[in-house]
Amino acid sequence: MAAVGPHISISAERIFSVGPLHVTNSIITSLVVSGLLILFAVWVRMSLRKTNRPTGIQNFAEWMVESLTGLVHSVTNNKARTELFFPTIATFFLVIISNNWFGLLPGVGTIMVSGEGEKAEEIVFAPSNIVIKNPVPVVYASELEVDNAQVAPETENALEQGVVNDIEAAATAHLDTDTTEHSELVPLFRAGTADLNMTIALGILSVGLTQYYGFTYLSFGYFKKYINFSSPIDFMVGVLEIVLEFAKIISFAFRLFGNIFAGEVLLAVIGFLVAVIAPMPFYGLELFVGFIQALVFSMLSVVLFNMATISHDEH
Amino acid sequence: MGTEFAVALVMGIGTIAPGLAIGMMVSKGLEAIGRNPEAASKIQTNMILGVAFAEAIAIYALVVALILKFV
Repeated sequence: MAAVGPHISISAERIFSVGPLHVTNSIITSLVVSGLLILFAVWVRMSLRKTNRPTGIQNFAEWMVESLTGLVHSVTNNKARTELFFPTIATFFLVIISNNWFGLLPGVGTIMVSGEGEKAEEIVFAPSNIVIKNPVPVVYASELEVDNAQVAPETENALEQGVVNDIEAAATAHLDTDTTEHSELVPLFRAGTADLNMTIALGILSVGLTQYYGFTYLSFGYFKKYINFSSPIDFMVGVLEIVLEFAKIISFAFRLFGNIFAGEVLLAVIGFLVAVIAPMPFYGLELFVGFIQALVFSMLSVVLFNMATISHDEH
Repeated sequence: MGTEFAVALVMGIGTIAPGLAIGMMVSKGLEAIGRNPEAASKIQTNMILGVAFAEAIAIYALVVALILKFV
């Protein structure tokens, strides 16, 4: 595939394994991005000075914090809630936008290493180059004969002989190939948010925190939203609310994943068709999409947090 | 009549509604900006947020199409 077309894989590929943990290229990229964010935070902390006219990195960091506080405050309109939600929302925004933009750097998706693929799903017989896809414990002679006839046209005698050999080989080869893993070239880096696992994790975090903030503000009154026996209509609405919470996770996850992954596919295809100049406007578009998706995720999160903390009697 | 056809249908049918939605939102947004140009930046931000939500539906169709195509 890598030779004939752009490398497109809907899931992150495994680079290596640490025990039961499969380290994929998305995990590596997320770790790199997290490291860079931590370094940035430390750098800002080291260069903080008490002054009325901040310059350089301090100015930039203060501008970021100020804009994000403004974003949160524009939804909550309440100082206490802004201060409660700000750290989470700012973290969401910064992590998502840096992961989105890191995926646009040159080298991400183009530096290939040999990764650990899935378990071998095909058996290749050395003497005749017969390939059996998705091997099953039972091998039918007729299937082998068909394959053999296509791959190597031989005389009938030799064919029969070959089939017998192959059946014998299959019996032994199957045991051998069962545990082997075939490696192929996979990208070393892949944007963290272009992996569904990452976006689902972010979605679960956001929806889970919604419940947490709702509970801290309204205590057990919060669950009246879900379980309410005061009238049949309220009960059904509660059931719908429960379903809606799970729909929110899926909606969060697929919106972010879809946008970033679609962007990667778009860039890969355009870059494959026309290598120079043509992909440039699409990089601009992807920078914009990356920013908008980070904004949408954090904006929606803060709206949901805010809605959870307001009791039904208030509004 | 195979996977290719399904992919084409998913993208074709799945993008009708988001296209209409985005068109409506932008037209209303521009109307609002025309009526009150001072509020342009605020209207634009909210319009882009709404557009992103409508676009997400088209993106769901795209994800389904990509899964059909590459998995």
